[in-house]
Amino acid sequence: MTANGTAAREGTEPALVRLLSPEGTRVPHDEYSIDLTPEQLRGLYRDMVLTRRFDGEAVSLQRQGEMGLWVSALGQEAAQIGSGRAARDTDYIFPSYREHGVAWCRGVDPLTLMGMFRGVNHGGWDPNTNNFHLYTIVIGPVTLHATGYAMGVAKDGADMAVLSYFGDGGSSQGDVSEALNFAAVNNAPIVFICQNNGWAISTPIEKQTRVPIYQRAAGFGFPGVRVDGNDVLAMMAVTRAALEHARGGNGPFLIEALTYRMAPHATSDDPTRYRFAEEEAEWRLKDPIARLRAYLVNEAWADDAYLAAIEAEADALAKRVRDGLRSMPDPEPTAFFDHVYAEQHPLVDEERAEFTRYLAGFEEGH
Amino acid sequence: MAARTLTMVKALNESLRKAMEDDPKVLVMGEDVGRLGGVFRVTDGLQKDFGEDRVTDTPLAESGIVGTAIGLALRGYRPVAEIQFDGFVFPAANQIITQLAKMHARSLGKVRLPVVVRMPYGGGIGAIEHHSESPEAYFAHTAGLRVVTPSNAADAYWMLQQSIRSADPVIFLEPKRRYWERADVDVDEMPLPLHQARVARAGTDLTLLAYGPMVRLCLDAAEAAREDGRDLEVVDLRSISPIDFDTIQASVRKTRRLVVVHEAPVFLGPGSEIAARITERCFYHLESPVLRVGGYHSPYPSSRLEEEYLPTIDRVLDTVDRAFAF
Repeated sequence: MTANGTAAREGTEPALVRLLSPEGTRVPHDEYSIDLTPEQLRGLYRDMVLTRRFDGEAVSLQRQGEMGLWVSALGQEAAQIGSGRAARDTDYIFPSYREHGVAWCRGVDPLTLMGMFRGVNHGGWDPNTNNFHLYTIVIGPVTLHATGYAMGVAKDGADMAVLSYFGDGGSSQGDVSEALNFAAVNNAPIVFICQNNGWAISTPIEKQTRVPIYQRAAGFGFPGVRVDGNDVLAMMAVTRAALEHARGGNGPFLIEALTYRMAPHATSDDPTRYRFAEEEAEWRLKDPIARLRAYLVNEAWADDAYLAAIEAEADALAKRVRDGLRSMPDPEPTAFFDHVYAEQHPLVDEERAEFTRYLAGFEEGH
Repeated sequence: MAARTLTMVKALNESLRKAMEDDPKVLVMGEDVGRLGGVFRVTDGLQKDFGEDRVTDTPLAESGIVGTAIGLALRGYRPVAEIQFDGFVFPAANQIITQLAKMHARSLGKVRLPVVVRMPYGGGIGAIEHHSESPEAYFAHTAGLRVVTPSNAADAYWMLQQSIRSADPVIFLEPKRRYWERADVDVDEMPLPLHQARVARAGTDLTLLAYGPMVRLCLDAAEAAREDGRDLEVVDLRSISPIDFDTIQASVRKTRRLVVVHEAPVFLGPGSEIAARITERCFYHLESPVLRVGGYHSPYPSSRLEEEYLPTIDRVLDTVDRAFAF
């Protein structure tokens, strides 16, 4: 650990787990490996391109006033697609709120995510449909929900594991430390994935922590590994192994995915106030999609026609979400009364009746 | 089975036992709830009989307790989480307010969190700081939570049964100074609905409205007032969210005067909301403003001063006098 805290960044020991270099060539690793068919590799490429496309379209739509806010996952596609595709359908995933690529892997429609940022609801999807929990905006608490869920999985003896996402900023929350500890004490089948994207809004990782986040796992008594988060193959290989470790009754596992938030924190943010364009340019050279594309092209597993077809599919997806979002209706004016409680609650009933009466007064006036 | 005389602690213990026997998904979790049986022994013997898998000693972290209880509920369990003391609930406040209360609405009704968060609350036991507080207003102010509190052993038994069966999260406040008081508990008797208030003593001249630890005090105050020739009605609110305003209204329309008594600070306490709503509902029936007796706008004092801080029979009767002076 260095005095200025740079150990929290890349470049310190041990080396990142990396299976695909930024130039798109395979790199051997002593512990982790992955063997995918060209078809599977093209699938990962398609996932990343489509995620980036709807994510970028969402930024545009926010600029056009169709959403109040959007939080872009630009640059984090490999960390999300690699880990998301490593999970089985039967595994259960607890995202934070930027895991659009993971949502994509689970089959959650981008429009469902965008509806939340448009403001038609606070999420609204059924987590059990895709084993993908709701986004949680408050940073930290969801890691404990994931841990509790995993404790339940262990009680049930089910052959599955839980994936729990948080970020470098979230790592400072007490709930995350409590989650790591409760998971360890209960030997819960859970894999924590910290996407360390370098920035918590304007706060750099050096101001967040003085030790690499993956090292915290050792303090709680389970393995932690730092992975090149822009390498989709490494992310998939390590997450697969971690999930097997958890499913096998060996307790939790922590993956720190070193990546970079290429976009502002949210559409309301202005990174020019706190970071240099040079840093962004440096990370652009490690782009997760360009890296896999180079590999596919070098190996002759993707030709121009294939790449063009994916672009066309991305265009069609963008059009679909654009049309879908623009035509997404507002909820009924009394909708906020609908699900406050599961069972009848007289105060909610009374206030709903009062408000309905008030609204009806306008109609009678015409 | 005939009624048996039980302390509130024993009634709660038997209620938990019954719930765990009835439903294998019911779990008990918290600090020291296992081998020790809880610092007040509410969970005494449960771990021995149901195993560590269902009665779990957690790490000492309240947010972790409630947060993992939420996760267990998402997995289909019905956790009953214990917070050891009222003043220790605040590390879990974020989990309770931003997550437990809101997930049903966030999911548009697709996620239910049948979690009970039990905690002893209130003062009068000579404790050190943070062991005597009455945090009910914080929780009642939060939509999505139900907040209930029994005043006696029979209600403790039944209200805990009902809370565990509730599809919504329930904050279950146990008046610790009444833990050792005995009452007849009939475990076969059909109870009142969870959120219905109860007329604990019928009277004609003024309504004393209380809940939890203050019900006994108000019953004693009503006895004392009889010597002054006043016949006071005592209503046990039982539920702080929702509040059974119909029962209060019926009582006040009869007695025409209302004094609300709670240990929680008066300022923006439950009595404030009750005063506002009952004034609106009973404006032409009231002979005096709704008055309140409760804690002051100060941190809960050290124990040598708690008798000064807490409502007493004399303070209640003094306020009753004020009500009749209008």
